[in-house]
Amino acid sequence: MSVPRHWREIPKRYRLIGSKCSNCGRTYFPPRNVCRECGTTKLEEVKLSETGRIITWSVVHEPPRGFERYVPYVIAIVELDDGTRLMSQITDCEPEELQIGTRVHAVFRKIREEGESGIIYYGYKFKPIK
Amino acid sequence: MTKEAGIIGYGAYIPIYRIKAQEIARMWGNNNGHVPIMEKAVAGIDEDLVTIAVEAAKYAIRRAKIDPREIGAVYVGTESKPYAVKPSGTIVAEAIGATPLVVTADFEFACKAGTEAFHACMDHVLAGRMKYAMAIGADTAQGRPGDQLEYTAASGGAAFIFTKKSDKTLAYCEGAVSFVTDTPDFWRRAHEHYPMHAERFTGKPAYFHHIVSSVKTLMETTGLRPSDFKYAVFHQPNAKFPVKVAKMLGFTLDQIKPGLLSPEIGNCYAGSSLVGFAATLDVANPDDRILLASYGSGAGSDAFSFVVQDTILEKRNPIPSVRSLISERKYIDYSMYVKFRGKIRA
Amino acid sequence: MRKVAVIAVGYTKVSEHWNLSIRELFTEAALMALNEANIDQIDALYIGNMFSGYCQHQEHLGVLMADYIGLKSPPAVKIEAAGASGGMALREGVQAVASGLHDLVVVGGVEKMTDVLSPDITSALAMATDQEYEAFIGATFVALNAMVKRAYQHKYGVSDELIATLPVHCHEMASKNPYAQHPFKITVEQVLSSPFIAEPLRLLECSPVGDGAAVLMLCPLEKAKNFTDAPIEIAGMGAATDTIALYQRDDLTTFKATIEAAEIAYKMAHIKPDDVDVAEIHDAFSITGIISLEDLGFFEKGKAAEAVSEGQIAPGGKVAVNTFGGLKARGHPVGATGVYQAVEVVKQLRGDAGKNQVDGAEIGLTQNVGGVGGTVTVHIFRRLG
Repeated sequence: MSVPRHWREIPKRYRLIGSKCSNCGRTYFPPRNVCRECGTTKLEEVKLSETGRIITWSVVHEPPRGFERYVPYVIAIVELDDGTRLMSQITDCEPEELQIGTRVHAVFRKIREEGESGIIYYGYKFKPIK
Repeated sequence: MTKEAGIIGYGAYIPIYRIKAQEIARMWGNNNGHVPIMEKAVAGIDEDLVTIAVEAAKYAIRRAKIDPREIGAVYVGTESKPYAVKPSGTIVAEAIGATPLVVTADFEFACKAGTEAFHACMDHVLAGRMKYAMAIGADTAQGRPGDQLEYTAASGGAAFIFTKKSDKTLAYCEGAVSFVTDTPDFWRRAHEHYPMHAERFTGKPAYFHHIVSSVKTLMETTGLRPSDFKYAVFHQPNAKFPVKVAKMLGFTLDQIKPGLLSPEIGNCYAGSSLVGFAATLDVANPDDRILLASYGSGAGSDAFSFVVQDTILEKRNPIPSVRSLISERKYIDYSMYVKFRGKIRA
Repeated sequence: MRKVAVIAVGYTKVSEHWNLSIRELFTEAALMALNEANIDQIDALYIGNMFSGYCQHQEHLGVLMADYIGLKSPPAVKIEAAGASGGMALREGVQAVASGLHDLVVVGGVEKMTDVLSPDITSALAMATDQEYEAFIGATFVALNAMVKRAYQHKYGVSDELIATLPVHCHEMASKNPYAQHPFKITVEQVLSSPFIAEPLRLLECSPVGDGAAVLMLCPLEKAKNFTDAPIEIAGMGAATDTIALYQRDDLTTFKATIEAAEIAYKMAHIKPDDVDVAEIHDAFSITGIISLEDLGFFEKGKAAEAVSEGQIAPGGKVAVNTFGGLKARGHPVGATGVYQAVEVVKQLRGDAGKNQVDGAEIGLTQNVGGVGGTVTVHIFRRLG
């Protein structure tokens, strides 16, 4: 991971900025320049919904580099209320609390750190709505 | 032209994890069951000062119903900066959408860093320099394992958005005092993980002297008496000090009750009196007067008198109240606590 | 276009080859194929590999391998498409011969995974996903496939027990394959009591980490008899892609790229799924295999696990699948896997499959998946009458 790679994604990761096709209305996260649905290039940036529901999820027990101290943690596909789908960690929950369809809302969390001296990567996670 | 600054939005955030003081006592066995609070709030493994500040700030913006791009200043008062060098305020401002035309800075004055930012924000908006200014007080306070501070050092924070007093503000400030001396009761040297403190010296010459002085000065300058206030909020390093200082100043238990949260969440340092203030606003009614008195080691105290306005009634829902944030909790044991707080290396 | 045939194969045992470097591993497999065809010079080398950059800090792999197997200056290139690297390398090789550009082509696959530690392999595998929006947030490759399993079970109500019958079948097959990484049998109970890697996928539902290399020698069909008595024709091939990110898919219980690649391949070979005698499918995880059996048209959606439990993919069943153990038990040296699959189907069609030989096998199929269905290749092989 490098600083510029993270830095250029910050608006998307901090504020859930996606894009919406002006032709067919489909929304995407992250933003893209060509609509997969209708092929047009007329997409504009939109702020995506911060609430949604879990489509499917997993609990990670074997972590990749950088996530060792967080295991076990939950990863899920979330469908936002505006229909956009994204991948997110689900935080502040026990896996037993989750079901397909569980309502969740966006929170701002640490994703991981580049060791003790490197930068801290922040971004969205979701947590169950009580 | 109005000479008063008002609050248009506020938000608090408290992590959901709690450790019972008795669990800490079980670990260190040095308290004979006497613990200074019941339990404290602990930041989750993916939380820090910045994430807490962002959550509080987002609630404040939702309550204020303003465009975050109109916020001209984002000040973060804290002693738990994730970076020694690199402003926390930039991350918070970016996350809430206040960048790029914004002033940001991290304020440091132990537990009064947040109220210190109140002074700056109110002056900004009264000077007409900007429409809105945000002051945040938040911390993920750390106590050395086994030290008395470990029972109380907690995580949490609150954010307040100031603007000129109007019918849109929910409370306005009618008086502000800052009382500061060089009193080294508590400190942390650069590159140290945990702070040091001077034990009982933190009491009489430090906490009590500064708060009593700031509040008395406020009373003198405004001509107000304790009975003029519906509520009072004092910095709460433990459950005892705020009760004692209230009594010394002539306030009753009823006046401090809504804002006295340390028994349940501990001392979230720069967030301590501010979360108490937010909880008090949650229950206050129009025309109620609230005293807010912070204390920061080193040392100083800020005292403010706020008057609640009519708008408060329409600003309550759907933002979660401090009470509801406190009620969402999961208990962790000491081993999970040391993992969350990075006291063991994995 | 010219018709293309496989004239020789080579491979190593899939294993933790602590004493072999990536070049030595590939050389062993390549020399086996070159010796079989009695050839010492070729026109081009295509080599499937995913991790040489990550695990060995070695790119420019094509030339390294060409050099070490003694070739004199042929064009040589690494083909990378995650887990489908081998299948895509084969596709490149077939295209080169079919077009008339080259006559003798070596298609290889090699992966040396044991040079790094477990978290590194987990990170390396995650390179097959959307790095910035899946891997960045801690989604592992296993976790993505686990999400597919949960979605599939939610939709079709298929039990863990039934899904576990696929790895059990694969181990049964591998127990008679001398070059398999895990040539031993397992039970459904063992699968279900193994630890979770990423819930709901357990250890014994996941293919192991290992090293291996496999090689195919291709030439125009009309010249194949100069090199072998038993050339196997590559009768059809298809490849297709889907979104790299799993979350961008509308349906998580099917790999659209498998359906599309298979349709193209079946059409080119003028066959239907029912005509396939032997198939090597991409069971990187139990659920990947189950879904693939359905998407290839062998079984209805939601019915594959039941079919497996009834023995329908064992030799003598409806279609003999993963007769050398599949990814689960032969092993899954990622970039080499697609080539191993082709080697195994060729062995079956030649009647050279040892104890798991399927009698009279004429038509074989391989399906190789990259990422979570992001890339899929399907190849169809035919024994010449």
